[in-house]
Amino acid sequence: MNGNGVLAQTLRWLNDPLNWQGPHGVPALTVEHLGMSAAAVLIAAVVALPLGVWLGHRPRGGGLTVVASNTSRALPTLALLFIFATTGLGFGNRPTVLAAALFAMPPILSHAFTGVREVDPAARDAAGGMGMSAARVLGTVELPLALPLIGAGLRTAAVQVVATVPLAALVGGGGLGTIIVTGFATQRYGQVVAGGILVAALCLAVEAVLAFGQRVLTPRPMRAVAVGR
Amino acid sequence: MGAPNPWFSWAYVQANRDDITTALTQHVLLTVEAVAIAALVALPLALVAFRHPRLSGLVIGTSGVLYTVPSLALFAVLYPVLRDRRTTVLVGLVVYALLVLVRNVLVGLRGVDPAVTDAARGLGQSPGRILFTVQLPNALPSVVVGLRLATVSTVALVTIGVVVGYGGLGQLMYRGFTSLYRAEIVTATVLTLAVALVADVLLWLAGRLATPWARGRR
Repeated sequence: MNGNGVLAQTLRWLNDPLNWQGPHGVPALTVEHLGMSAAAVLIAAVVALPLGVWLGHRPRGGGLTVVASNTSRALPTLALLFIFATTGLGFGNRPTVLAAALFAMPPILSHAFTGVREVDPAARDAAGGMGMSAARVLGTVELPLALPLIGAGLRTAAVQVVATVPLAALVGGGGLGTIIVTGFATQRYGQVVAGGILVAALCLAVEAVLAFGQRVLTPRPMRAVAVGR
Repeated sequence: MGAPNPWFSWAYVQANRDDITTALTQHVLLTVEAVAIAALVALPLALVAFRHPRLSGLVIGTSGVLYTVPSLALFAVLYPVLRDRRTTVLVGLVVYALLVLVRNVLVGLRGVDPAVTDAARGLGQSPGRILFTVQLPNALPSVVVGLRLATVSTVALVTIGVVVGYGGLGQLMYRGFTSLYRAEIVTATVLTLAVALVADVLLWLAGRLATPWARGRR
């Protein structure tokens, strides 16, 4: 056991200015990491948000949504990445962004679905009674009331994506995961630990920023609802 | 690439039966062991948090923070310290399963109808007795949900163990990836999904058997 040795190596790696500059330095990798994550969340949101809202808006059906989103937990991200690599999608960042986007869809979808579906029927009825069309009910009543849950879904998805993107390094991609994977490959365990700490710190930071942003963006009367994730 | 690269090949499965069995056994054992250890630790932890509401904020908060840490990062930090591939993966899996379980046990305990607890207290039951004969049985459905969730995500998580070279079926996926052989990746993936599905159904059945009173409700 030389845990102390590893700790010293970790600190040395983190304190080495060479690791913090250039195209493979920590800042550059972080920017790449966040860029890939943003792209993945965007793709997932574009597909899953309208679908979830629509499924929730319809009076019936949609039970399958929740089942499908639960089952998707069992599919290993790694499997999808490796399968992508053997197809035309190839290696690196693009397939990783796609895989991360695919895994970000279930939380966005199920949260949007639940948010719209669980809107108080009385509010929906009142809007209908005032002569609003279905589309107006959706836009002015259901969506605003579902917003806290939709936000929670996006937040869950974003944090999950930031945590998934490191796997890109296993298929020749970039981002902060490269520090870990290169460290394992060269048996520099101080670097491995340093990479692990950086990835974990980034995830926690993203989670904190999004939680704060969600709080600020939620209108005060609705804050109590927004606690659930 | 001139050589055929099928999505599935029976010949591959037969030729690699031993490797597949080894990986599958490794995968299942890791999952069972991780969830069992996590359950053993999670129950007392959740009980303590339930009894002392002040601690529950701490437990939930810490587990939330830990859950945000990606598995790759956790394995990366654990391996250099533990220096054992199997232990690293096992400890990582236990941590994640633990977080899911503690949360669900707490949710279950908190969701018990206060009227039922009051009735038990009115009958003169001690707090300990209420816990074991009223609260825990009533929390059981939620515990089962937690167990299913933890098991299914553990099955998927085992594959990340490839970073330290002990990833069960993930190991086969990785081998298939390095040789760009689709059938191997797909076989391992389908087996992983099958393990998750079987485990989920088994736990669901066990849950139904353990809570006969809850059957009529749904």
